Amino acid sequence: MNITVTLIFQMIAFILLIWFVNKYLWTPVNAMLEDRQKRIADGLAAAEKGKHEQELAEKHAKETLKEAKTQAAEVLAQAEKRASIIVEESKEKAQVEGDRIKASAQSEIDQEVSRAKEQLRGQVAEIAVAGASRVLGREIDSKSHDKLMKDLIEQI
Amino acid sequence: MAEAASGGGTVQYIQHHLTNLCAGQCDPVTHKATGFWALHLDTIFFSYALAALIMVVSWRLGRSLVSDAPSGFQNFVETIVDFVAQQVRDTFPGHNPLIAPLALTIFVWVWLMNFMDLIPVDLLPVLANAIFGIEYLKVVPTTDLSATFAMSLVVFALIIYYNIKIKGLSGYAKMFLFHPFGKFLVPVNIVMTIIEELAKPLSLGLRLFGNLFAGELVFLLIALIGGTMFLAAGFFGAMFWGGLQVLLDLGWLIFHLLVITLQAFIFMVLTIVYLGMAHVEDH
Repeated sequence: MNITVTLIFQMIAFILLIWFVNKYLWTPVNAMLEDRQKRIADGLAAAEKGKHEQELAEKHAKETLKEAKTQAAEVLAQAEKRASIIVEESKEKAQVEGDRIKASAQSEIDQEVSRAKEQLRGQVAEIAVAGASRVLGREIDSKSHDKLMKDLIEQI
Repeated sequence: MAEAASGGGTVQYIQHHLTNLCAGQCDPVTHKATGFWALHLDTIFFSYALAALIMVVSWRLGRSLVSDAPSGFQNFVETIVDFVAQQVRDTFPGHNPLIAPLALTIFVWVWLMNFMDLIPVDLLPVLANAIFGIEYLKVVPTTDLSATFAMSLVVFALIIYYNIKIKGLSGYAKMFLFHPFGKFLVPVNIVMTIIEELAKPLSLGLRLFGNLFAGELVFLLIALIGGTMFLAAGFFGAMFWGGLQVLLDLGWLIFHLLVITLQAFIFMVLTIVYLGMAHVEDH
């Protein structure tokens, strides 16, 4: 057994070393580790929260999309309806316009026909009078036979 | 030492290697300490140097801790710190902020002092002799009882301190009086408890000292294979003994790496356990 005064020196060194390690190694490293642990836990919690929020946002986006789709379909349906109405209206208008044009054309034709008839009637009367005068051998005085002429024209 | 000439040389070699560099009350012939007032300069030098190494490294590391992306050495230290903290959490009841740094200090310092054992036995003494003219040098501080008992006595002082602090002086006295056999065998209890308490620092100090001393001795014996046989044998004999020495040395080195870690670990864990026992109120 050779326990000597070396023991005292070793004890002093040991105690100093414990103090030093505690102060300059253990405390900062432990604080850092705890800080890291806390930060990791916080980070994980934040990630969880973010995920949750993202889920909510996705849900919200889906709802909005659905709504927008419905609205779009509605708008489309309305537009179609309107378009068909417009088409119907223009069809009707066209029909009316066509009818009107047809009617005016018809009336013009009728006028034309009656005018032609009138002309024809006059000419026929003249031809008849000329024919009759030839037959009678003398000229029928259109003035004296005015009444007769008129009756004839009427008859034609 | 009254053996054959070569045997005398062998004993001298071993004796020489197991002698501390003594100053103060030392025997002028054997260079052994003769009284309490003898300083083992080599023990003090190497243990202080290793303590200084720990201080410098921990101081530098403590200044440049990186929380987010630790790398290299910091990872290594974090692993050790975490390992020690885990041991303390597992075996220490209650909370005492001193225990973990104490355990960490013991583990690292004892491991480093033990590690000196793995340096080739003749390297540092020969260098010291050649450069500084130092005759004796024992490089492993933990093969010196003064070093191991210094630690175990500090731990012992802490055990007593915390026993009194937690249990109170009367509680501590009661432990001596009524433990382990109850109130009818008070004298036996006192003797048993005193033995039990004294066995703690004694076993701590002696276990570490014994393991490392024996380890050192085996290294010396292995070194002797080359020292004695190598010179005596012929060429092939020299090859054989030299090869054997290298092989044995390597084997013992690898095994001893386990031993020094284990001894450091045991010292640390027992310290935690003993201090934990001091912290338990109802014993």
